[in-house]
Amino acid sequence: MVDKTAIARQFIEAIPHSGALGMTLTEMGEGVAVITMPYDTRLVGDPETGVIHGGAVSALMDTCCGAAVMSHPAAPAGTATIDLRIDYMRAATPGQAITTRATCYHVTRSVAFVRAVATDDDSDRPVASATGAFTVEGR
Amino acid sequence: MARRRPEPVQVIKERRDGALNAMVDSVPYIKFMGISFDRRGDELTAILSYDDKLIGNPMLPALHGGVTAAFLEVTAIITLSWEYLWEDIEGGVIDVEAMAKGDLPRMPKTIDFTVDYLRSGLPRDAYARAVVSRSGRRYASVHVAAWQDNRHRHFAQATGHFLMPQRDKG
Repeated sequence: MVDKTAIARQFIEAIPHSGALGMTLTEMGEGVAVITMPYDTRLVGDPETGVIHGGAVSALMDTCCGAAVMSHPAAPAGTATIDLRIDYMRAATPGQAITTRATCYHVTRSVAFVRAVATDDDSDRPVASATGAFTVEGR
Repeated sequence: MARRRPEPVQVIKERRDGALNAMVDSVPYIKFMGISFDRRGDELTAILSYDDKLIGNPMLPALHGGVTAAFLEVTAIITLSWEYLWEDIEGGVIDVEAMAKGDLPRMPKTIDFTVDYLRSGLPRDAYARAVVSRSGRRYASVHVAAWQDNRHRHFAQATGHFLMPQRDKG
């Protein structure tokens, strides 16, 4: 399993946009992935408060959900997002990293279903949650 | 009653572009993504200028799904704010010069955003336009679609709900 995680980490960090946002994968396997994105002033959406833009959170959610799909035991060779819904519960605290945990909870021959939660340092109060459907390719 | 003489075109353009630029330039993330806005009257078209850092699948290559989502969300928020502020910009209620100096009105906040990926985003510029389906005092619903080569061949679309900023209570 160690090798698979190492490969997955390299894979995530090799995605140009995920790299540009500074994402690091900390956990991956059995349909679960955890990715952290550090606070970065370039990603601010509200200059008055310094809160990160929802778009950057979307990119984090999408990457993490995709990683969860690929880590599923019925692992597809590749995946693409069909649809992704994000609920924004509160603004992420400026200065804090955002961590997303995605779970791929069901896989059929052609579709993978995923849900994810994003938090900052206060892990009891989620920043955002997501649900998505992803393609299952090349099996 | 005599019709009021229309304002000179330059005055109108400066006011509208000034307000739009102040709004867009104030957001670091919009700059990071390389998103700009083209204005024709009150109609806005968002442009995502291609850059290698926007790629999500280097094998294809294709735009990152998160890039597509973010592009649609930025387009939705700016278009919604623009429509919400339009009357005040045109009526002189909002001081465009103060806006340019950083005194910006509050922006709507995203409640939820659902993206529909129709086909993969190609490694080239993308365009998007948003339609405000409903804008009430507290909530707004916005639909947005993006395309690349062909205006009627969308590669992604989204619907979002937004919490409107509350006007100053006197």
